[in-house]
Amino acid sequence: MTEAPRVGLFATCLMNVFRPNLGHATLHLLELAGCVVEVPTAQTCCGQPAYNSGDFDGTRVLAKQVIRQFERYDYVVGPSGSCMATIRKDYPRLFDDEPDWRRRAEALAAKAHELISFLLDVRGLKLDDVAFDGTATYHDSCSGLRELGVKQQPRELLAMVRGLQLKEMRDPEVCCGFGGTFCVKYPEISTRIVDDKLADIASTGADTVLGGDLGCLMNIAGRAAREGKALRVFHAAEVLAGMADGPGLGGEDAGKGKAG
Amino acid sequence: MSKPPQFGPVDDRPTFLERLFPWKQRVSKKPLYQLGVSRDLILDNIATELSRGPLQPAARAALAERVSHAPRHPRPALNGELAELFIQRITRRAATVQTLTDLSDVPAAVAQHLQTHCLPTHIAVSDPLAALFWPSPIQLHTGAARRNEAVAVSLARLGVAETGSVLLGAGPDTPTTHNFVPDDHIVVLHRQDIVPHLEDAWASLRNHGGMPRAVNLIAGPSRTGDIEQTIQLGAHGPRRLHVLLVG
Amino acid sequence: MRFETPRFKQAAVVALHDERLRTALARSRVGFIGHREAAVEALPEFEQLRDTAAQIKDHVLDHLDYYLQRYEQAVVAAGGKVHWAHSDEEAQRIIVDICRAADAKVITKGKSMVSEEIGLNDALIAAGYEVVETDLGEYIIQLAKEPPSHIVGPALHKTREQVTALFAEHHGRARKETVAELVTEAREMLRDKFFRADVGITGGNFLIAETGTSVIVTNEGNGDLTQTLPRVHIVTSGIERVLPSLDDLPVFLRLLARSATGQDTETYTTLSTGPRRAGDPDGPEEYHVVLVDNGRSQMLGSRFRKMLRCIRCGACMNHCPVYGSVGGHAYGWVYPGPMGAVLTPIYQGLKDSYDLPNACTLNGRCQSVCPVKIPLPEMLRELRHLQHVERMGPRLQRHALAVWRFVASQPWLYRIAEKLATTTLARLGGPKRRVHKLPFAEGWTQSRDLPAPAGSTFLSQVPRSKRA
Repeated sequence: MTEAPRVGLFATCLMNVFRPNLGHATLHLLELAGCVVEVPTAQTCCGQPAYNSGDFDGTRVLAKQVIRQFERYDYVVGPSGSCMATIRKDYPRLFDDEPDWRRRAEALAAKAHELISFLLDVRGLKLDDVAFDGTATYHDSCSGLRELGVKQQPRELLAMVRGLQLKEMRDPEVCCGFGGTFCVKYPEISTRIVDDKLADIASTGADTVLGGDLGCLMNIAGRAAREGKALRVFHAAEVLAGMADGPGLGGEDAGKGKAG
Repeated sequence: MSKPPQFGPVDDRPTFLERLFPWKQRVSKKPLYQLGVSRDLILDNIATELSRGPLQPAARAALAERVSHAPRHPRPALNGELAELFIQRITRRAATVQTLTDLSDVPAAVAQHLQTHCLPTHIAVSDPLAALFWPSPIQLHTGAARRNEAVAVSLARLGVAETGSVLLGAGPDTPTTHNFVPDDHIVVLHRQDIVPHLEDAWASLRNHGGMPRAVNLIAGPSRTGDIEQTIQLGAHGPRRLHVLLVG
Repeated sequence: MRFETPRFKQAAVVALHDERLRTALARSRVGFIGHREAAVEALPEFEQLRDTAAQIKDHVLDHLDYYLQRYEQAVVAAGGKVHWAHSDEEAQRIIVDICRAADAKVITKGKSMVSEEIGLNDALIAAGYEVVETDLGEYIIQLAKEPPSHIVGPALHKTREQVTALFAEHHGRARKETVAELVTEAREMLRDKFFRADVGITGGNFLIAETGTSVIVTNEGNGDLTQTLPRVHIVTSGIERVLPSLDDLPVFLRLLARSATGQDTETYTTLSTGPRRAGDPDGPEEYHVVLVDNGRSQMLGSRFRKMLRCIRCGACMNHCPVYGSVGGHAYGWVYPGPMGAVLTPIYQGLKDSYDLPNACTLNGRCQSVCPVKIPLPEMLRELRHLQHVERMGPRLQRHALAVWRFVASQPWLYRIAEKLATTTLARLGGPKRRVHKLPFAEGWTQSRDLPAPAGSTFLSQVPRSKRA
């Protein structure tokens, strides 16, 4: 594309509330990749919590809202495999009985991308002059991995970060136990799964965990914090944008920058 | 999006939706066991659930064709000579293979095997092999395996390179019990009888008298992993499988 | 078999505290996942085979009535007899009647999930027969009077020490400590049963319409001794297991061995066609097939039809983090893991099985390893949908969802809620920026801290020039 594409930034609920820094990192990376970025401020949620709770009618209401707000862009991009998989994979399925909306859902799905795969696969982003001091391991969040095929892209981009050493877990593809409402409905099972994940992380010797979905990362960070484990947790985009110099998720240091 | 319930009350069993929502179940229940009724009921149910009546003759003819001439499905590529692949794969599954130049070498090889493993010399063999010259002290019988049978020597119909298995067919000359009762199973296989894939084995069976009562594909000795996933040979079937590859 | 699924939550917590179970599950997970991966990597055609298998299964399901009739004709032509069982109860009665007609006393059994599903053992024992499970794993749990905890490795929750104690108690012999000694002892004990059995019952992994053949795959050889030595062989199989031609079988054999145990092939693949023939020195005199419907024909017309593709390999449970944490017994019925979480509500009711579709993170790994590409997460979500429509589940959760849904559909309201949440959580988080306890979210905070927000939302921080 010769002209800079217009990208609507999908500000995921968790990012918006818990991790504004990730939003700034996303904005920065998209601009670095030559995009004109806009953030629709009337956006709310992709509807995944409703969808996964079996409330398909509720999901349709929210999906229509998202479609209306984002269909005017060349792309809709968000820093989450699971939210973007909802738009990309689930939206079209929701409108079997509404052909017009189905067409619109399919059109939006075709231009919806998870941030990191978008940066590499669509925009061919190259990074220089980004550094991170530490040894990290990468957790493959399930929706991004299995529904959108996000696997090599974050690793390739992270390899361009100076000072960052990536060490793989024995099984980076196993779920962390978050699962949206699963983690509050079945906390004991969820805790066991995240403990297994933390053990796998510990066995790599890494001091930092990176990933592409805040839900998983908050789960991992929250459990590590409760267990008193020193572990830095960042979204990969924060590292790629050079914005991982502050505290990680659940980190103790004083807040940075724009924090109010 | 939800499909309306469309299961007619053809019988008193809970319908599919009633299974999901049991409190909506009808109260009346009568005994279900009526000989001969279930067959037609099941077949009717299937046609109803598939939203169609019984199949028309043209459709049946197409399906008959599908049965007699299945499409060619993907088969694993095999790189290498068939006998070599066969040997490589069956030995990886803990069988032993000995190559012989001629069928007449079989008795000596068997005698050697018996001696090596200190086995009794009274053995069961497939009928066609009984005609070979067996040296004393080996004694043969060709009937079904007896309860305390220690060794059987079978003639395989085929070998399959893909899986590294021997194929034995049940028949008057080749008792099935020989394959499972003894501790030691020795299988004679002609090198030219090794086929690449399972589909080739079926083709050979079809061309030579159709399906035997039992077709046993055997890839190594009996094994189990049921205790702590520790692989242990000789669970119920033979503890050793020795293949004599002839030719 | 008893239905314990309504107690899933409690059973899961008990299982999580069972250290022996934890060891056993960790061991099996490493084995199953690693072996499968290696076997799949060594077969470049694996993905192609998965697509082909799903296509064949769908074709068969679309024409199931035809293929079952063809299969029946071929079985009869080979001298066998086909029985059609509409329900579990009818299947039990058919089999008891066959045993009665055969004047049986001892019955041996090969591993068969459908026989667990129809509660066959209890029915046969109630009818006065001695029933012996011959698969080592099944034998172990039969001695322990437990249901299987896995559809391929029924006793994988048992440690070697537990097997030692069980054998010592039931066999009245000296304690055996090593796996080799234990296997040998089971072999000796069961050898006697094989030869004394009057009837042998096996499952049928596949049925071939072309030839009227039933197919079993085992590694131990127990299935073959079960079906070869007694006078009567009974095959029990679900109606969905039929395949058109022998040439369709290899596709499934290639997938099954790799998916179930990570092998290129199982040790024994046995194709049986009818009873003993003229001149045969061995083999059963009677060959019966009991085709079990038990709800399957009704699944055909439902949104769960694809579940009938299932070939019972167990890969979904091997790769399920929930199964890997709580084990099979917590699921409370015959089929555990993801496939069980779909099947149990269908068989036992949505309300009593409320937890199973919900106790899933929808991580999708089950679907990604399923050899016949069953969209398991989609089906679990579909079950949640049916539950939602029926207003099942804790009232608080349902109301919270309804409120959230309303707020999320009104952007201005969502902004207010967001701001409220952000400032409240930031305050609760304190200088350490971690929330330790949060009302209505104890599920999270009982074992995890909640990383607290910094104080304002991203959307409120976006520069005006970039807002839309």
